[in-house]
Amino acid sequence: MNAVREIPAAEAPPKRARKQGYWRLVTRQFRKRKQAVVSSFLLLFLAVLALSAPFLAGEKPIYCVYQGQSYWFPNVIPYKALVSVDWSRWEPGEGERAVRPPIPHAPERSNLRNRVGAPDRVHWFGTDDRGRDVLSRVIWGTRISMTVGFVATGISIFIGVILGSLAGYYGGIIDAIVLRIIEIVLCFPVFFLILAVMAFLPPSIYNVMIVLGLFGWTSAARLVRGEFLKLRDSEFAMAARASGLRDFRIIFRHIFPNALSPVLVAATFEVATAILTESSLSFLGFGVPPPTASWGELVSQSQLYLHRGAWWLVTFPGIAIFITVTAFNLVGEGLRDAMDPRLRQ
Amino acid sequence: MSGAASNGDLLVVDSLVKHFPVRKGVFSLPVGAVRAVDGVSFSIPRGKTLSLVGESGSGKTTCGRAILRLIEPTSGTVRFDGIDVTALPKRELRQIRKRMQIIFQDPYGSLNPRMTVHSMLTEILRVHRLTQRANRRDRVLELLDLVGLPPESADRYPHEFSGGQRQRLGIARALAVEPDLIVADEPVSALDVSIQAQILNLLEDLQEKLNLTYLFIGHDLSVVRHISDFVAVMYLGRIVEYGATEDIFERTTHPYTRALMSAVPVPKPGSKQERIVLAGDVPSPMRPPSGCHFHPRCADAQPSCASTDQTLTQVAPGHCVACHIHAPKA
Repeated sequence: MNAVREIPAAEAPPKRARKQGYWRLVTRQFRKRKQAVVSSFLLLFLAVLALSAPFLAGEKPIYCVYQGQSYWFPNVIPYKALVSVDWSRWEPGEGERAVRPPIPHAPERSNLRNRVGAPDRVHWFGTDDRGRDVLSRVIWGTRISMTVGFVATGISIFIGVILGSLAGYYGGIIDAIVLRIIEIVLCFPVFFLILAVMAFLPPSIYNVMIVLGLFGWTSAARLVRGEFLKLRDSEFAMAARASGLRDFRIIFRHIFPNALSPVLVAATFEVATAILTESSLSFLGFGVPPPTASWGELVSQSQLYLHRGAWWLVTFPGIAIFITVTAFNLVGEGLRDAMDPRLRQ
Repeated sequence: MSGAASNGDLLVVDSLVKHFPVRKGVFSLPVGAVRAVDGVSFSIPRGKTLSLVGESGSGKTTCGRAILRLIEPTSGTVRFDGIDVTALPKRELRQIRKRMQIIFQDPYGSLNPRMTVHSMLTEILRVHRLTQRANRRDRVLELLDLVGLPPESADRYPHEFSGGQRQRLGIARALAVEPDLIVADEPVSALDVSIQAQILNLLEDLQEKLNLTYLFIGHDLSVVRHISDFVAVMYLGRIVEYGATEDIFERTTHPYTRALMSAVPVPKPGSKQERIVLAGDVPSPMRPPSGCHFHPRCADAQPSCASTDQTLTQVAPGHCVACHIHAPKA
């Protein structure tokens, strides 16, 4: 019919049997790294812990029958009828009943008759200087630490990707400006800078996240810039330009997906750093305002009682910080190695 | 060739120059320039193929990219169908790109590894509003059929294809916008010989079917002879000989072209061919030799070659040579 049809497609059509995508390959490499796999399960566990905190620790019941009415999940749903109930003192009356979380202590509930109590069957991780349950506070602290870690990293990756890709793609004056900004930010001792800024801001978890995000984007920006410098002159980017696509599309649809992997690795390390920095800030009293529980704040509170042998105050939140930060770092290393073709196993 | 704008010419390139500045020092001051393309002029009639040939570093690829403004030319004009491409603002340039496309040499590097064939092609159709949403899939399959790929290819990623198939994808991408001109930048030199023939035949059939005009960039002279109507030989950023394919291959005039031709193996047993081996390396395009760029390596060089700038001179109708020894001005 036409001349083109006569040309035999001599090669067999591509096989579909095993889809060997890039991420498939990375996953397979990642699985070979035991530490990283164990760490990612640990992180999954911590994430579940953080999400299910109201079901694990707290005084509000998961289910209760109160004054003849039954309520599901008063621990997460604020029922009007239950607002005035003081759950720490509440005793079930006739026909009333409550199913409490396995650790029936609210993280903020103090009990001055049981201050700095050693771990026992009621308080598994002991109590702090106001008689608050340490286990409950560690679990709720997971929420704070994880949220701070992810939101701060999200902010810094967002800024880093935008500035880095613009600098790398356009080069010239834009590149020079972005590089100078990066150098200026890098020149400051970041922790003290954050400390100074936090001193002027009202203590709030949001301020902590924003400030951490605003000062942590430089590494992401430099990585993205480097990748863009490499990829903007690649033939597929040139082909996209030749097809008449807009810069915005070329940057975010064509180049960015190919520059993603190093950013992902950087992000993992960034989360660990953010969690650690938040702990340090809270330890110094510039972080999350009391009575909100955060790991750094828990460690900080323990100082005054260490000489009395109150080891549980520092040990448990300390272990929590250690495990989380180590797990994030190991996952980051595992990802980095899995994506590096020279380290294929 | 000079007196270019005859009516049938789709592309007219006039003294195109691309210098890459070389910067050094703290303040990145330009200390010199690589003269990749140094005043190139030619034209291609509609529906014909012009080949740019020359060794590595002669500026062929840069020339092709500068014509499409994938690299901004330093000076010179490119007229495409009467429109001065070099003067177009960005927005209109995007529009004209619908009509001028490029096929790259490296079938591995020129396809985005993270996009399926379908999304790669539909993106182009969508951006240029070429096909109604409902018909896009059909158009993708049509394009794949046009380049001889099975319809199942649409939902695959580039890494699932072989080199030849990827080059077909590259051609499909170029065809998606229904262009008039295609710059084919060594489209077959990364492929093995049997696949080369398939791709070349495909290009020829497409030319006939869609009335395409090709600027073919290559260094394999047998391929060039097979596909082109006109040939321009480049050396160090300048055209040294230009003419119809037959003129260049049968009535070779410029000493450099002759050296190139002597390197082509002759498929005739027993035939003895004198092989001209050029002495020395290609000089740096940052500091090209004075006068005729070729004179330090030229067997026929005279003292005057070092001081006289060469201009293309017509030796026969449509056959121009830049050599005042072999093509003295009338």
